[in-house]
Amino acid sequence: MDTLIAVLSKNALVTALAVTGLMMFVSHLLSQYLTRGKLQSSAIAITLGLVIAYFAGVYTHGTKGISDITIFSGFALLGGAMIRDLAIASTAFEVDVKEVKKAGKIGLIALLLGCVVPFMIGAMTAWLMGYKDPVSMTTIGAGAMTYIVGPITGTAIGATSDVIALSIAIGLIKSVFFMVGTPLLAKFMYLKSPQSAMVFGGLAGTTSGTAAGLAGTDVRLVPYGALVATFYTGLGCLLGPSIFFLSINAIFG
Amino acid sequence: MIIYGTALLAICHLLGDYFGNTLGMLLGVKANVGGVAISMILLILSKELLAKKGYLPKDTQFGVLYWSGMYIPIVVAMSAGQNVVAALSGGMLGLIVSVASLIGTVLVIRYLNKINGDYEVYEWPVETKEKAA
Repeated sequence: MDTLIAVLSKNALVTALAVTGLMMFVSHLLSQYLTRGKLQSSAIAITLGLVIAYFAGVYTHGTKGISDITIFSGFALLGGAMIRDLAIASTAFEVDVKEVKKAGKIGLIALLLGCVVPFMIGAMTAWLMGYKDPVSMTTIGAGAMTYIVGPITGTAIGATSDVIALSIAIGLIKSVFFMVGTPLLAKFMYLKSPQSAMVFGGLAGTTSGTAAGLAGTDVRLVPYGALVATFYTGLGCLLGPSIFFLSINAIFG
Repeated sequence: MIIYGTALLAICHLLGDYFGNTLGMLLGVKANVGGVAISMILLILSKELLAKKGYLPKDTQFGVLYWSGMYIPIVVAMSAGQNVVAALSGGMLGLIVSVASLIGTVLVIRYLNKINGDYEVYEWPVETKEKAA
């Protein structure tokens, strides 16, 4: 047993590949026999991953889900930002340039609304819930954009650490929601064409949420959504501590 | 050779990351602004250029396509490494803020896609359909 654990830990990345393959296979079976193929196996696999991450987090008290368990530490590399971004970029190889050009303007509108709408609603809800100082309102609103924009904005404008933690939690809920919910809400959101995926990417914003949500809906949509979503976090980090904070400060300060 | 395709992808990725970070620095934010999108655009451009000159044999393409085929498993691995416990730790306030902003976001997506109006009419080109199946 000790030898087995040693082998699995030493070959962490290979172990992660094997386990991921196994998860995909289990999800494929669940999709076929439990939902008769109605729910895509990739959507099930992603949900399964999140559930595993939850239990792993409870068990290890760590922050990196399953990869905090030594034999599964390869998941941190396989599912980390480096490999993920490489794979997202590779999907561009099959992009239809005409569709991207057609959606340029509406993609830009989606990107701007995608920052403004969650921020405003987030900040307003925070105000209603008793966080009435502009710094906390801005940080919580920024957290409603993504879990990266929240802490970056909060740190820049001097929010307290509990508010920053809250903004991370809000951003994470958003990303988990889009991972699981997108395939279920695809019809409601009229999500089918490359253009609609670009609108979706601009509004959802979170790279992980967009990437996984679209993968579970129709993998051909992924590059279009990712192309827009990848600008979101940067734009949010730009707007959050500046225009957004100044506006909130001017109204509520 | 397969590695040519993978190397092409890797170079686009690195350049995208570099330009994204440079753009972030110029804008005064500590973040990568659109790095992945820049890599994607570079990859599309190099693909068009190489294909036109006939420098893109099947093997080279496979070096890129392998990674786009690995995309979903990679995203599954990513989801297994998320801090889900923290996401649920914000309590009621976190949940209420998220739900409110998510409802808003989903409705705006629905609205924009509805006025764009290609849901009923859009059809994927046939060859990509076969590839997906």
